[in-house]
Parts: sequence; structure tokens; C-alpha cells
Amino acid sequence: MWKNLPLFPERASALAWQVDGLYFLLIAVSAFFTLLIFAAIFYFAVKYRRSVHPHAVQIEGSLPLELAWTLIPLGICMILFAWGSLIYFQEARPPKDAMEVYVVAKQWMWKFEYEDGQRDLNQLHVPVGRDVKMIMSSQDAIHSFFVPAFRIKADVLPGRFTTTWFRPTKVGTYHLFCSQYCGTNHSAMIGQVIVMDPTDYQAWMSGGAGGSTGTLAANGQQLFQQLGCATCHRSDTQGRGPNLVGLSGKPVLLDDGRTVIADENYIRESILNPGAKIVSGFKPIMPTFQGQVSEENLMALVAYVKSLAQTQPKGEAGDGSSAPNTSKLQ
Amino acid sequence: MATAVQTVERENYLNSNYGIKSWLLTTDHKRIAVLYLISITAMFWLGGFFAMMIRLELLTPAGDLVSSDTYNKLFTMHGIIMVFFFLIPAVPAVIGNFVVPLMVGAKDMAFPRVNLLSWYLYMAGAITALTAMVTGGVDTGWTFYTPFSTTYSNTHVIGAAIGIFIAGFSSILTGLNFIVTIHRMRAPGLTWRRLPLFCWSNYAAAIIMVLGTPVIAITLLLVALERAFHIGIFDPRLGGDPILFQHLFWFYSHPAVYLMILPGMGVISEIVACFSRKRVFGYEFVALASIAIAVFGFLVWAHHMFVAGISVYAALVFSLLSYLVAIPSAVKVFNWTATMYKGSISYNTPMLYAFGFIGLFTVGGLTGIFLASLGIDVHVHDTYFVIAHFHYVMVGGGVMAYMAGLHFWWPKMTGKMYPEAWAKLSALLVFVGFNTTFFPQFILGYMGSPRRYHAYPPEFQVLNVLSTAGASILAVGYVLPMIYFVWSLRYGKDAGPNPWNATGLEWMTSSPPPTHNFDETPVVTWEAYDYEHQPQEEITVGH
Repeated sequence: MWKNLPLFPERASALAWQVDGLYFLLIAVSAFFTLLIFAAIFYFAVKYRRSVHPHAVQIEGSLPLELAWTLIPLGICMILFAWGSLIYFQEARPPKDAMEVYVVAKQWMWKFEYEDGQRDLNQLHVPVGRDVKMIMSSQDAIHSFFVPAFRIKADVLPGRFTTTWFRPTKVGTYHLFCSQYCGTNHSAMIGQVIVMDPTDYQAWMSGGAGGSTGTLAANGQQLFQQLGCATCHRSDTQGRGPNLVGLSGKPVLLDDGRTVIADENYIRESILNPGAKIVSGFKPIMPTFQGQVSEENLMALVAYVKSLAQTQPKGEAGDGSSAPNTSKLQ
Repeated sequence: MATAVQTVERENYLNSNYGIKSWLLTTDHKRIAVLYLISITAMFWLGGFFAMMIRLELLTPAGDLVSSDTYNKLFTMHGIIMVFFFLIPAVPAVIGNFVVPLMVGAKDMAFPRVNLLSWYLYMAGAITALTAMVTGGVDTGWTFYTPFSTTYSNTHVIGAAIGIFIAGFSSILTGLNFIVTIHRMRAPGLTWRRLPLFCWSNYAAAIIMVLGTPVIAITLLLVALERAFHIGIFDPRLGGDPILFQHLFWFYSHPAVYLMILPGMGVISEIVACFSRKRVFGYEFVALASIAIAVFGFLVWAHHMFVAGISVYAALVFSLLSYLVAIPSAVKVFNWTATMYKGSISYNTPMLYAFGFIGLFTVGGLTGIFLASLGIDVHVHDTYFVIAHFHYVMVGGGVMAYMAGLHFWWPKMTGKMYPEAWAKLSALLVFVGFNTTFFPQFILGYMGSPRRYHAYPPEFQVLNVLSTAGASILAVGYVLPMIYFVWSLRYGKDAGPNPWNATGLEWMTSSPPPTHNFDETPVVTWEAYDYEHQPQEEITVGH
């Protein structure tokens, strides 16, 4: 029976040990104070029971004691706060060179799109040892991407991107749960994260399992042409809209004097609600694409604009088959 | 001194007049408390029934007892009923209503008619919410998260929201009544520093009721409006923001947790002092801790949103404040424990419940520290860890305190003693049953079992079976008092005015008290919990 009763989920990410370490400390602190209180109550209740101690000794209180049991727990709390925050900061800052996977959550499934165009349903394949950044949005209610073995969780929201990242350290298959209640089949909105050996991963990638049709950025480039974006967003300084080459991740000066970083959410908002942030020196003439691009196409467009930030040829070489692209994973 | 044994039945609030009308139109705070007692007990059993259905479904990993839609409605209705129609009114509206005016030496609450209106609003809200449930149910979870509640749910969201909206006014009016009563109606000599801690904690809870409840009322109204007219507050497709809902919702609903626990903490202060025969250790610190909890409680709401994509720096601030709010709770626990030091302790049922409260609340509070920690919260958020934590606080804390208070003041409310042996047994069953039910859920949560799952992976079954087994013990522990309390009305021993030989003005009048509470207005010349000068022998009528 006890074989069926593990106390921890598997530790399959770089973060897992850190989270568990803090968890152990918290358990130790909690056990200490719980036992202290239980022991004190038990001891007083027995020692001062009425039959042996009929007359209570009146004690008003004690300022030193009050200070002690205010300040000591406060000090312990500050240590726990600092440690927990350090972990959170790591979780919030994906490494720059992480492999990116786009996620669309909808009632009640997970869709994954890899950079080179592979697609997966409810199964996420990742190579062991590689940093993986998830760029996620929902098509309907709020969902939450939860992989207990990695100790990570991030809500997946409609109308904006949220991100999370992990570095799997152990080959295996792990639970993926939707942890934000999302309706009838919430408990069936589960999947698997399959962490593979890099060679197996390459084999899986080139196997074309998910029906690849060119890289995500290349699909985005096609859309960019089809939707007419390229007429204004030209790759020189003559366009009516800002030149998008080299945009991603850079600060953008707006016409109201603010500066924002061009992250995924900025690009997304600029497509769906162009009037929200006008780039300094340009007119608010861009029409909205709200309702015209699906969540998947939006992700392709974002992936394309982000690819423009890197070396120019990469965006151009997008329509090649998936085989050459796998080499860049090394 | 009056007669030692009351053979001739004295006129009291129960026998002063009879008939259904004399109850439904009463403005007597004691009768209103009894009306609340009956209504929230009904709600408790309904909510408990839903809980039992949930636990039975979770006996097996496959979702085989009820459909997933039914399951979703069960946990939603369990949450709505237990939070809004049981826990929030339980201690303040039943025990507080009955005891606070007596404790401050007043004839009634400051606004007796408003007090009755509170009960009617509560009933109107409850009936509206129940109607929504009976005619098809609600499946949003008690948290009503948008845009699921506004756009995707096909159930009676508006009805339930309006029910809670109406009940909110009941809460606001009760809070106002407490604040004014405690400010204006105190007997001569009863200064703030002599005020029983139960009044302090009800006062702190009343602040939350008055300041917080309007926010949830407006929020739920917005949900109903968005659902009916698509006004675009929360729906991103209409330019709204679903996260805005979470901010508004938790701005009330986190303080609401303190609203559920604060009056209970007051009960524990009274009981620990009485059964230790001592003044509460560090009285001022315990009193101020209540106010600190009420104030800080308003500044921690976003700790429910650490994985909702809020800014890292906002998360940092809310994590820090969440740690800070834990400190006044810890101060209370330490002071209660210290109160027992060199006391003269007896183990009557209220004290057993108080022991249970301190133990379970300590565990609930400490696991709150886990959740305040950003790195840990990311992993355990929305898992059974959170469920276990808030049940330790709300059931292990709130319901234990309610049971403690009910046993403590039952003789005052009814003039009768409950059977002590049965009551001790039930306290033990509740403690054991509660821990068996909810402790395994901490482990389940850290294992990664998400909450609100109708079916779950098989490796989580052992802990779920344990939890369901515990729930059945807990149920027995709750059924017993129901039986012996009713039994005691007829067969219980006469309690006399002060069966616990406790201090406090409420024990200086007969049991049950007369309609006007005191024959003459008491004048207070002593500190709260003046057990030093309380005669050892049981007194029957004091002055």
C-alpha cells in the first residue's frame, strides 16, 4: 500500500530541488512551532489541571515575551520571504536562448506549436537539458499550465500572453494538468509532458508527427503578406508604419513619451488594438485585426515579428523543410 | 442574593410571549440570534451534504458516482453555502448577536429593527441563491472567475450572484449594528480596556463587513450585468480584463477569511480565560492583534493571483504583506497558550474545542506561510494544498470556534445544560475526523493533485480514501451535537445564571435572560476576566 503513497511528485526540472528545499525548511519551521504549541498546551493542561492547581496565579502579560514572539517569527518570515522570492524571480525570467513553444489552451485541450512548425495536442515533447519557454494564451476561459514534476504553474489567459519556462533534467513522461477551473471537462484537460533524449527528440521532430507545414515564423511571414501588413511595415524607413526588423525585445518610444519593451504581449496588442500604444513619430492609422486572426495565426505572426529581431536571413529561410531546422537545436 | 434554585419560572426572552408572529416580528437581539441559529444550521447541513457527495465521488479515481457537470455544481454550491450563508454569519450573527449586547450591558443592539432586517435580507439572499441551485445549479465555483462565469457557464450564475448580493446587505447592516453598539451602548464603567475580547474581535470583523462587503456586492453585480448585457468589463474580446475581476473579488474575499475567523478568535479568548480562571495573557496585544488583522487583511488580496500573470514586483509586495498578516495571528496563539500558564484548568467541552481550535488554527496559519511564499505558492496554488489550508483555518478554526461558543453560551441561550459526556465525545470525533479528512490533502496538494477535479490519476487514490473516511467521522461528530442540543432543551439540567462561574456581564443575568437583559443597568468597576476576584464557589445570581 505504501508504495502507492509517495509524498512528493518526481523532481524533473532544475527548479524542483530548489522548491523542495524551501518546502523542507517550511516544514521544519512549521513542525517546530506546531510541536511547541501542542507541547505547551498539553503540559500546562496537565500540570495546572484544577484538581492539583485549584488557584490560578494571575499574570497580566509580559512585554519582553510579546516582543519575542512578534519579532522572532517576523525574522523567520523574512528569511522565508527572501528565499521564496528568489525562486519566483527565476521562474519569471526565462533564459534568453530558450527554445520557444507556443500554447493555445481551449476548453478542454492543450495545443502546442513548436518553432519549426510541429504541432502537438495534449502532449508536449521537449528535449532533456534544454531551456523551454512556453508562450501561452487561451481561446476561451482562464486555464492554467501546471506540471507538478517541474514545480511550475502559470495561468493561461484569454486576450494576452503569459509565459513560463523550465529546464527538464530527467527523461520521462509527466503529468500536465489544467489547474484553473474551466468548466465541464476541467478534470479531463490533462496531458503529458514527454521529456526525451536529444537524439530521440530529433528523431521525433523529423518524423513529422504533428504534420508540419513550415516553421511557425514562416507561416507568420505568409500571413504578414496576406493580411497586407508588409505594405506599411516595410523593412526600410519609408513605410507608414514602424519598421519591425530588430524590434523584438527592444525598448520602443511611444508618442506620449513612455517607453515600453517590445515583448510578445506588446506585439500582440499592437495587432489587435493598434491604438493602445502609438509609436513616436507615427500616426494612429492602423486598423484593428481583432476577430480577424485566430489565436494560432496570432502566434505565428508574433513568432515572425520576433524572428525579424534576429539575423535577417533566418526569417527569409523560413519556408524550408523541418529537417534543416532541427540542427539549430544543438 | 436571590434564591439559589429557580423553581418558579422567571419571565425570560423565550417565554415572554408566544406565537410565530412574536418571533418573525421580534426586535429582541436574542430571538434574532435564535432565528439565525436555525437558518444557518439548515444551511450548514445542506452545505455538509454537498461536501459528503464530493467526498464520495472522490473515493475512486474515475468520475463514476456523478457526472462532471453535477460534480462541478456540488463543489460550487458547497462553497457558496458554506462561505456566504454559514461561515460569514455563523459566529457574529448567532453568538455575537446574542452575546455582544449582554456583554456590554445593553438592553439590545443599537438598531433592533435593522437587526431584524438583517435576518430578512439574509433569508431573502439565501432563498434566491437556493432557488438558483434548485432550478439547475451553478457551476462556476464559489469564486465566480471571469470570463468563465460571464461568458462560458450555462448555469444560473445571475441568480446565485444576486442571492449573495442581497445577503451582503445583511452582513453590512450587522456590521454597522456591532460598531454602533460597541461604541455607544457600553455600560457605565465599561471602558475599551475593560471590554471582553469577544467584543473587540467582533468589532474588528464588523469593520471588514462594512468596508469589504460593498466591494463584493458591486463585483457580483458587474458579473451579472456583464453576463446579461455584455458590457465589456471582464471580457477581453470587448476590451475588458478578466484579471480585474480577481482583484475585485479577492479585495473582499480575502478579508472575508478574517471575517470568518476573527469572531471565532474572540470566542477562544473568552473560553481559554474562563477555563483557566485567568485574565487573558497580554490582553492589549490580543485586542490590537484583531484590529491589525482586520487592517492588514485588506492589503494581501493579490496573493491569490501569484500565477495569474501579475507583475513580479506586485507579487513581491503582496507576498511580504501576507507574511506580515501572519504575525498578529501568531501573537494571539502565543497569548492563548501563555494564558494557561499557572492557570487552574478544567476540561469542559468548550475548552476541549478551544484546544482543538488552537492546534488546528496553528496548522492552518503555518501552512498559510507556505502559500505566502512565492516559490512554493506557484507549485501548490490551485491544488489540494490550498483546500487543506483554508479548511484548517475555516473549519478547524472557524467552525471549531463556533462549536466552542455554542457549547459555552448554550446554557445562557436556553437555560439548560447539554450532556457533558456526549459533548466531549463529539469534540474528540470532530478533532480526529477533521485531521483525517484534511491532513492527507496537504500531501495530495504537494503531489500536484489539482482542485476541482471530478476524476484524478490513480496514484492519488490512497490519500483520497483516507480523506473520505475522515469526513464520515467528522459527520458523526457534527450530528451528535445536533441531537443532544435538541435533547437538552427538554431534558437538560437547569443551568442557572452562571454555570461556568465566568466573569462577564452576560453571566450576571438569569439564563435565559429576560427580554430587557438586565433588571438594572450594570456598572462596571473591574477589568475584563477579573477571575482573581471571582468567588470560587458557584454563584447563582450576581449584581
